[in-house]
Amino acid sequence: MAALYEGFTLCGLVPTQNASDSPIQGIELDGDSDHAVVTDSTRSVTLYKVSDQKPLGSWTVKQGQLLTCPAVCNFQTKEYVVVSDNKVIRVWKDEDLNIDKAFKATVSADVWRVHSAPGGEPVVLFQRGAVRLLDSLLSAPQQPIEDVLSEEEVIRWSTNIVAEKQHFVLFTTEQKGEHFLYVQRLNPNTLQKYRLEREDSGAPPLSFSASLRDKHINLLYLYPNGCVYQSVVAVRGPVELEGVQTLPRSLRLRLPVGEGKLGAASAVALDEAHVAVVGMPHPSARTGKDFLCIWNTNFQTLQAGKEMVGRIHGPVWCYLGKLFVPHGKALSVIPYECQKSSLASALGKLRHAGIAVSKSSVAVPSWNSLLHGDQPQGPAKIVDTRKSNGFIGDAQDLQLSVGQLACHLVARSQAETAFYTPGALAQLVQTQCLCHSVCPDLLLLALEHKDYFLCQLCLQLFPDIPEVVTCACLKTFIRSHQSIEMRLFNLCGGVLQTAYSDNFLLPHLKDLNAQQVILFLQYLQFVYLKFSQDVYTQTPGLRSPTMTQIIDWLCLLLDAHFTVLVMAPDAKGLLSNLESFVKSQVKLFSELGKIEGSLQELHKMKLSKDISQYSIEVIELF
Amino acid sequence: MGELKVHRVRFFDYMPTAIRAMAFNAHTERLALARMDGSVEIFNFTDHYFQEKVIPGKDSRSIESLCWVGGRLFSAGLNGEIAEYDLENLRPKYSLEAYGGPIWTVISNTQGTQLAIGCEDGTVKLFEVLEEHIQFERNLDRQKGKRNSPSDCSLTYRLLVDRGIGGSKSRETVVWSVAFLSDHTVVSGDSAGKVQVWDGHTGTLVKTHLVTKWDVFLPDLAFQFIAPTLHQQDKEWVRTRTFKNHTHDVRALAEIETAIVSGGMDTHLVVRPLLEKFDEKSHASGLRKIHFPHRNLVSCAKKAGLLLFQFPGQLELWRLGDSDGHGKPGDRLPLKWKPEKLLLLKRKGEDHICCSALSSCGGWLAYSTVSSVRIYRLQTDNNISITKVSKLPKVLRSAHQLCFSSDSSKMFAASSQSSVLVIALTQSESWSHSVTFPSPGSRQPIHLMTTSVDGKWLAAANSDCEIHVYNLQKLKLHCIVPVYGSCPSAMGIHPTTNNLTMVHADQQLFEYSIVEKQYTDWSRKLQKQGLHNVWLDRDTPVTHVTFNPKNPNQVVLHDMHMFCIIDQSLPLPDQKTQFYNQMTLRSLSEQERPSHLHAFKICKTFQDLLCVSLLDDQSLVVVERPLLAITSQLPAPVRQKKFAT
Repeated sequence: MAALYEGFTLCGLVPTQNASDSPIQGIELDGDSDHAVVTDSTRSVTLYKVSDQKPLGSWTVKQGQLLTCPAVCNFQTKEYVVVSDNKVIRVWKDEDLNIDKAFKATVSADVWRVHSAPGGEPVVLFQRGAVRLLDSLLSAPQQPIEDVLSEEEVIRWSTNIVAEKQHFVLFTTEQKGEHFLYVQRLNPNTLQKYRLEREDSGAPPLSFSASLRDKHINLLYLYPNGCVYQSVVAVRGPVELEGVQTLPRSLRLRLPVGEGKLGAASAVALDEAHVAVVGMPHPSARTGKDFLCIWNTNFQTLQAGKEMVGRIHGPVWCYLGKLFVPHGKALSVIPYECQKSSLASALGKLRHAGIAVSKSSVAVPSWNSLLHGDQPQGPAKIVDTRKSNGFIGDAQDLQLSVGQLACHLVARSQAETAFYTPGALAQLVQTQCLCHSVCPDLLLLALEHKDYFLCQLCLQLFPDIPEVVTCACLKTFIRSHQSIEMRLFNLCGGVLQTAYSDNFLLPHLKDLNAQQVILFLQYLQFVYLKFSQDVYTQTPGLRSPTMTQIIDWLCLLLDAHFTVLVMAPDAKGLLSNLESFVKSQVKLFSELGKIEGSLQELHKMKLSKDISQYSIEVIELF
Repeated sequence: MGELKVHRVRFFDYMPTAIRAMAFNAHTERLALARMDGSVEIFNFTDHYFQEKVIPGKDSRSIESLCWVGGRLFSAGLNGEIAEYDLENLRPKYSLEAYGGPIWTVISNTQGTQLAIGCEDGTVKLFEVLEEHIQFERNLDRQKGKRNSPSDCSLTYRLLVDRGIGGSKSRETVVWSVAFLSDHTVVSGDSAGKVQVWDGHTGTLVKTHLVTKWDVFLPDLAFQFIAPTLHQQDKEWVRTRTFKNHTHDVRALAEIETAIVSGGMDTHLVVRPLLEKFDEKSHASGLRKIHFPHRNLVSCAKKAGLLLFQFPGQLELWRLGDSDGHGKPGDRLPLKWKPEKLLLLKRKGEDHICCSALSSCGGWLAYSTVSSVRIYRLQTDNNISITKVSKLPKVLRSAHQLCFSSDSSKMFAASSQSSVLVIALTQSESWSHSVTFPSPGSRQPIHLMTTSVDGKWLAAANSDCEIHVYNLQKLKLHCIVPVYGSCPSAMGIHPTTNNLTMVHADQQLFEYSIVEKQYTDWSRKLQKQGLHNVWLDRDTPVTHVTFNPKNPNQVVLHDMHMFCIIDQSLPLPDQKTQFYNQMTLRSLSEQERPSHLHAFKICKTFQDLLCVSLLDDQSLVVVERPLLAITSQLPAPVRQKKFAT
């Protein structure tokens, strides 16, 4: 799973005259991981301390001069480098107050970008495609610079990558509607040119993002039609290839773009499975709004989304777990987290260790088959072992049709308030071929209609209910039952057994008010006492939450609301009860621990049968 | 071989005392070890860690530190005295009040001309080492507070040792130990569990090693001075390994060239070889734990069925129980009567008991301290009575070893300068000195003595590895057994053949014919063929040799972990033979068995053995002292969690 956290504004933005240009040229790191060097589109470079949202320093070139490339940090010398008016390279240090008094050198050709990365020397990429190391360039600024690109070819995007002591400059160019990727390797210098495959629409890519993974450079690029492609260039690949190669690509993601095409949008790879996309509508929100979304490319699922107020300007930067998004009149910093995705973790914690095998097997749909009609592979093929063999082939079809049926029923219920078919829906859920992702509105619909039976069925049978929905159910249950009664008891039991992940549940739990928390805590304590009395007399068939689940929820709830509970007078008795209970448990466990030590000792002495102080024994020697 | 009735005895509550100090003499390769009761033991590290000497303790003596000066051994302790030991007569030679209160440590300079002691009152005192004595020289400047270690005397910086991480803020940190190295590095060990390395020139802390959560008593030895590859110039102290050989506090450490030697509250001595110093697996490269003394604390009256247990402060006399039933192997027989503690004899005076003896008839009992020898007449038949023999010859002042002749008419005492006194029972209840056998060679103390059943021969072994055989009829030295390079750890004279069987610390076994003054054919055969490697690889010495009066071919001997009956009529095992073959033999049929028999019949059923002896009624007495029982009687280790929780 992935999550976007509450962001903050790093700085305000001054709108540019040309509305399509971004007011920010670039954001770079310097030696400190909490620093960001922000270059605006005109004359200023500002150094921010990100966590404090505070500028540490700002440097501006004279009126009439223009910064033509984002400032970078030379990690080896701790100096900043920027280019003004295409030809003047300026180098200054943190303590220099005035950039004009710092070092500058004029070079003989127009500079496109200066790139710098930790572990490598800064490199200068000229507009005509030549590449120089900054040091060697500054030692002879007026050295002749050759043309690499042909006349009508222009650079659209560039970056640099340091891999295994190898330094690469990557840049893409456009020439007569065709796009090329150049991979310039430094020391020894080699240049490889690739042709990007033409998209049917002929439109140019909106954004590029390059990352290094497993000794390969992964290039991710987004087209206006919503397609995100990935191409892979080997770091240690065959270097001496003649001519222009066509760069193979693979479709990583097809974003739902709706009617129109994307305007200023940008995609950046977060890790091997997650891509952040900014400047596209949320699939389930009204159009016309710009969202920042994280997609899982393995499962083609949207994992997190956040609305960005104001117009998206296009580029987005990603450093050390934070996304830097210029939008509207602000530059926002949004922390994110991507957890390693596996099918199991995508489904949350395994709910019930004892029955996990038979339970989760059927209910997991194959994303591939649902989205692309691909042949299901691996985990998706698991089918309940209780079902007959002949059923296996049909299982996928059944899942699809059950899903479609449920979706239609739910859609119609939502459209016509009078239409609601609890029996049919319950039957569909009981097939165990449905899950929450297939029909996300089903559970909410049941909740809306106060169909608690269906709610409970869903809670028990769906393996993939999002934490927010779980919490919504919980809230509704508690709200509608003000005293502890058997019905609430059963309903909450269902909630306790759903799969969840602590990180994602906690923020939603915090939404409960103090009264609800106290009630729920009382319930949990009651359930705990009940089960600690008769652990082994659980009713067969009716699944009850396990001790661990109850304790986990108790801990979570206390974590989420501890300060509130401490202040609430009516929680006092409950808390002191819980405290004495925990104390007694700790004592019990420490006693058990001691016994364990003794028992182990006994075990070690297994054969030392009661030997007394004295005995007369008979032995035999041969 | 057949069935044996075994008296399995576990009522000897032998309790070794904690190890307090150690000093290793690299020149002679002797380790001196002091225990809490003031006793000092000398181990010979060139001879399989054999405990060759024991100087008995004394109530008022407490040793905090030991120091070798050449071949001379000094100790200092909380009684405020420095003592030098007479290693030939196993007693303190003299002791000297240092007038500084309790002494915490003593150390000599490398030339061996001066001793420095650190006293409770904060002074360091220097003594000059003279030929026969030591003499006070001067005081070094006084430091406030107690000095735990003297080697920091030239320290001019005040090093502030802070409290441990997470340690209680209110708890004072005590520096237990300081070492000052030749390159001005200062190493400290403290009660917060830290070992800190300081730069002595600048007074700055170089490195802190959090070694343990508990106190560090001695810092130096788990560390090695190694040069990291990056900075060839700068050497630093790097923590290399942690050894945990002890269940309780380690109070004494010594580093020898190839091993770390440690001892502490859990009373056993551990020699942990540093494996990188060894090219191949050998006898010396194994971990050694020395639990029991390498001498007998149990005397057995074979005719009377009595056992005498020797403690430092008392003697216990027990009568074994009996059973009338018969059983098959593995059975425990019902007891007709239980064992009975007949006597508890407390010693007189401050000096601890160093040796004791019980006559085989059970009528006489003797013990010795460094200051006196006492003999008692025992009646054990119906009414138990004990009478001290009031008049003893004046020449009998103390003994390193005592033994009675088999007919109880004579007592032999190993006396000073390796001489043997023969005391004879003249009339009833009266003992007189009959003769003294002076040592023809060595002056080292005698640690083993044995007599022949026919009363004709006496053999005495000293720690110079010499074995002298005296003719008791002619009252003169009969012969000297050819000296072997390893110290004899046990010996016995055969009741019928008068052959002397000797086992040495290196596990070699010899049989020497006293009459013919030469090794027996069997012994030659054994030496020619060589002992089995399994036998040679054992790590505890044989401490007792006895014989089966009914079967002259059988020799019974034992070490800590097994007892062995050697049947000289059977073929010797060669290297390919399965040495521990009792299990195999048990599984074979009676027809197959003879072809698999060999001379060494080893039984490991009984463990942690202090004594194995054969009574005249052919039953075996086995005195066990399980190590677990010793451990359970130790004081609880300081602040150690009781269970793994």
